[in-house]
Amino acid sequence: MSLRKFITNKTTAALAVLLTVFANTSAFAQEASVAGAAAAPKVDMGEVYKSVIFYILIFLAVCLFIAIIGKSIKVYELSREAQGKPVGINWNRVHASLFALFLVLGLYGVYWEYTVHGSMLLPAAASEHGKKIDEMFNLTLIITTIVFIATHILLFGFSYIYRYSAKRKAYYYPHNNTIEKIWTIVPALVLTVLVLMGFLTWRSIFFKTEDPNHKPLQIEVTSEQFKWSIRYPGADGIVGDKNYKLTTATNQLGIDFKDIHSRDDEMADEMVIPVGKPVKLILTSKDVIHSFYMPHFRVQLNTVPGMKTFFEFTPTKTTAQMQQETNDPNFKFLFLCAKICGSGHYNMQKVVRVVSDAEYKTWIAEQKTYLNDDLRKQFNLPVAPAAPKAASDSTAKDSAAVKPNQMALNK
Amino acid sequence: MSTIALHDEHNHDHADHGHHKETLISKYIFSMDHKMIAKQFLITGIIMAVIAMGLSILFRIQLAWPDQSFPFLETFLGKWAEGGRIKSDFYLALVTIHGTIMVFFVLTAGLSGTFSNLLIPLQIGARDMASPFLNMLSYWFFFMACVIMMSSFFIQTGPASGGWTVYPPLSVVAKAMPGSGMGMTLWLISMVLFVASSLMGGINYVSTILNMRTKGMDLWKMPLPIWAFFLTAILGILSFPVLVAGVVLMVFDRSFGTSFYLSDIVMGTDILPNEGGSPILWQHLFWFLGHPEVYIVIMPALGISSEVISVNSRKPIFGYHAMVYSLIGITVLSFIVWGHHMFVTGMNPLLGGVFMITTLIIAVPSAVKTFNYLATLWRGNIRFTPAMLFAIGLVSFFISGGLTGIFLGNASLDINLHDTYFVVAHFHLVMGSAAIFGMLAGVYHWFPRMFGRMMNAKLGYLHFWLTFIAAYLVFFPLHFLGLDGVPRRYYAFTEFEFMKKWLTVNIFVTWAAIMAALAQVAFLFNFFYSIFKGKVAPQNPWEANTLEWTAPVKHIHGNWPGEIPTVYRWPYDYSKPGHDADFIPQTVPFSQTMSSNLPHDFEGNAEAEKIQQDWELANPVEENKG
Repeated sequence: MSLRKFITNKTTAALAVLLTVFANTSAFAQEASVAGAAAAPKVDMGEVYKSVIFYILIFLAVCLFIAIIGKSIKVYELSREAQGKPVGINWNRVHASLFALFLVLGLYGVYWEYTVHGSMLLPAAASEHGKKIDEMFNLTLIITTIVFIATHILLFGFSYIYRYSAKRKAYYYPHNNTIEKIWTIVPALVLTVLVLMGFLTWRSIFFKTEDPNHKPLQIEVTSEQFKWSIRYPGADGIVGDKNYKLTTATNQLGIDFKDIHSRDDEMADEMVIPVGKPVKLILTSKDVIHSFYMPHFRVQLNTVPGMKTFFEFTPTKTTAQMQQETNDPNFKFLFLCAKICGSGHYNMQKVVRVVSDAEYKTWIAEQKTYLNDDLRKQFNLPVAPAAPKAASDSTAKDSAAVKPNQMALNK
Repeated sequence: MSTIALHDEHNHDHADHGHHKETLISKYIFSMDHKMIAKQFLITGIIMAVIAMGLSILFRIQLAWPDQSFPFLETFLGKWAEGGRIKSDFYLALVTIHGTIMVFFVLTAGLSGTFSNLLIPLQIGARDMASPFLNMLSYWFFFMACVIMMSSFFIQTGPASGGWTVYPPLSVVAKAMPGSGMGMTLWLISMVLFVASSLMGGINYVSTILNMRTKGMDLWKMPLPIWAFFLTAILGILSFPVLVAGVVLMVFDRSFGTSFYLSDIVMGTDILPNEGGSPILWQHLFWFLGHPEVYIVIMPALGISSEVISVNSRKPIFGYHAMVYSLIGITVLSFIVWGHHMFVTGMNPLLGGVFMITTLIIAVPSAVKTFNYLATLWRGNIRFTPAMLFAIGLVSFFISGGLTGIFLGNASLDINLHDTYFVVAHFHLVMGSAAIFGMLAGVYHWFPRMFGRMMNAKLGYLHFWLTFIAAYLVFFPLHFLGLDGVPRRYYAFTEFEFMKKWLTVNIFVTWAAIMAALAQVAFLFNFFYSIFKGKVAPQNPWEANTLEWTAPVKHIHGNWPGEIPTVYRWPYDYSKPGHDADFIPQTVPFSQTMSSNLPHDFEGNAEAEKIQQDWELANPVEENKG
């Protein structure tokens, strides 16, 4: 019986060989094109490339190839069996070796990732609290990398060493309370350290005592689909009240100009902040939840409709410094949206410019107030400018000042 | 149900039961047999997984080649991919439905539903579930939930697209995005049905485990998968209703003009009348379920892998009690960590600090489990069956993904990592890949029990290695995108200068994802082919100890002919010294294994210890047998 099986299998084997000859030329070539497509220089194959059938054919060819290999293995094993030799392939050894190989290649891969992709990351934090976060990150990275590598060496190492052997019996070892206590307590201690450090860092970021002589610069940022609006506090240093019910086409943020603090509030098309001075962000949203994310400064907080959120930070590097450090003359600080908010989520950005105190002062003096003549009428305020500064040109540039906002809306 | 009672009374030797005729419908469709329901859950889960995987390939194509046109996409997707390019709105729908299907339909229902149903009665020695009718309903509610979720692809405005967490106001205000119209309504209906299904299942699992264990099967003799399913079910029963509460409030907000989640909203210049609600409330309600949910996903996978690793290492699982206590620890702690999803949502920072502490504590039981797996492998005699390969893969993913959780659980680090690709990489490894690998390990391991046939091992090997490598190639590089500050759910990386350097990585990741997806063809072929044509399974193909392998290969209603076997020992007596075979099934009494009994086995039963001592005196052991 087994002989007959053997013969029929020989026929299959012969067929398989023939098929392999046919299929190989095409299968190998096409496989190579699959593998190479990502890296190889682009050969314009036009329509063929786009055609789904082409890919389906490639896939079927690969399947055929695999089926042939599978059949050949089976033929080999059956022929071994027919000859009364031990079973063809020791799969346990194959997998054990593959795990060992995977460990070696994997460790190299991790090293490669850490060095190559690891060098493409954000530059060092450009804010005071960001440095603490970076330190915390590095500490966590070191600890987790050690654990990661050690446990994987054990996992794949044990898989390799203790692969199946008919001669051996496993070691009956159901438990060891001492060892278990050790590996409960050690992670607990390490985590306690991390928790404590994390907790202290977290406190230092969100619980700040305000120094009356050194008040932070208030900046309000309002998000909506899909743009940001920035409001500077003006001369009084206080961002005035808002009420969403006052929102109109001319008063898009719904600023309440009955509040005296609102009247000198200024609009800006980019966020310009003086280096080394604390900035207190007041974050609000008009429509859905967005997330104000400023990766270079390690700042992120959601903007929530109906609720103000606050984040205080101190920039430590100017844009110019950063351009030098990163060797990139086009480097810009940015903030962007990190919470899914609709179809334009992927493009909600504004530039942040960190400058010296002097530059900031000249820049802020040039910014326009939100309050213009139309709004004055609306709020029954005297059309004659309340603030002495920028009196003469306010009417002339009013319309111009609204425009950048609308442009942004159309983006 | 009456059949169960009857079965105990009569002898099962005559094949025809006579009292109850099975029709096609009662056997395959509205079946109340737990084994059939398990198969229904599994096959539905696999189909949903294939769909969700297909969706992920679609959005991966968009991410890799954002400027290129793929005419075949327009053929399939019509106006959602006009000109062969996926639209931004539809991209978000894809990620949303991918997440929803994978988390709820595949990794909750497909995993828990399949293996709880299959293994609970078989491993504890019960004829069926406590309430077979409820069990059937549980499947059909799940099925309806799937159908309704998929039907949202066939409506004008498309499926829900606010992310699988559907944060309001985005998901509530229909004007905010097209997906927040009808698609979101269907999402909510589907979710209510799904929760009903989970609850019916969960209640059934708990009551079966507590009440229907066979003689001798005390709690500390239960195999670890049963412990995992038991605790998972408890977790589900306690947390899923909270989601329904949240969903009902959301339905009110969407359809009846209430303001639970809405306040101070202006769409463009259109001022909405809602006042006094808070979007944060939804996040609390959602994550009160949502965080236990990720443990609902991973715990059954951990239970399955404990069993598979022990069987195939031919060694008792190391620290059985520690494994159970760590599961209990995870269960309890998982209820008080939900806030770590909300560190930067504007929640009171004081709360953030508290949640950070509880979150990092949960790493301790997870670490214990990992070390116990490693200790189980140590000095084992490892058989690399496909199931074992996947279980080892699970441990690897659980480590890799778990460690990045230490970053994200730390509130200060979360500031810069929140909602970036780092998070995507983290949870796809620790709960996505690990749980899927647990599920696949379970399928390969218990396929003979489910279908009475064996799967092809070599295709299983191919499936494992391709998937394992591809999963790492996909998810490992994504960590670095996150560390560079690339947010998730971005339709294209083309608008930001600093993201452009990641475009090539995206192409690489997409190719790896395609490779992973194609590798699943090996599994699908193997699975469906083996159902009909696989080699007929032997009684106990893996030489395992647990009860399910004592039941006849050919399924019968009521699981065991005649009496249900009695259990005498714990399920992990592998390679016990002094015994000739390297496994001793749970049904073998200690009186038959005198040569291998240990004092510990008798749990302080003085009489039994005495008998053992007498026997040992009468049969002195030859020293240094080697």
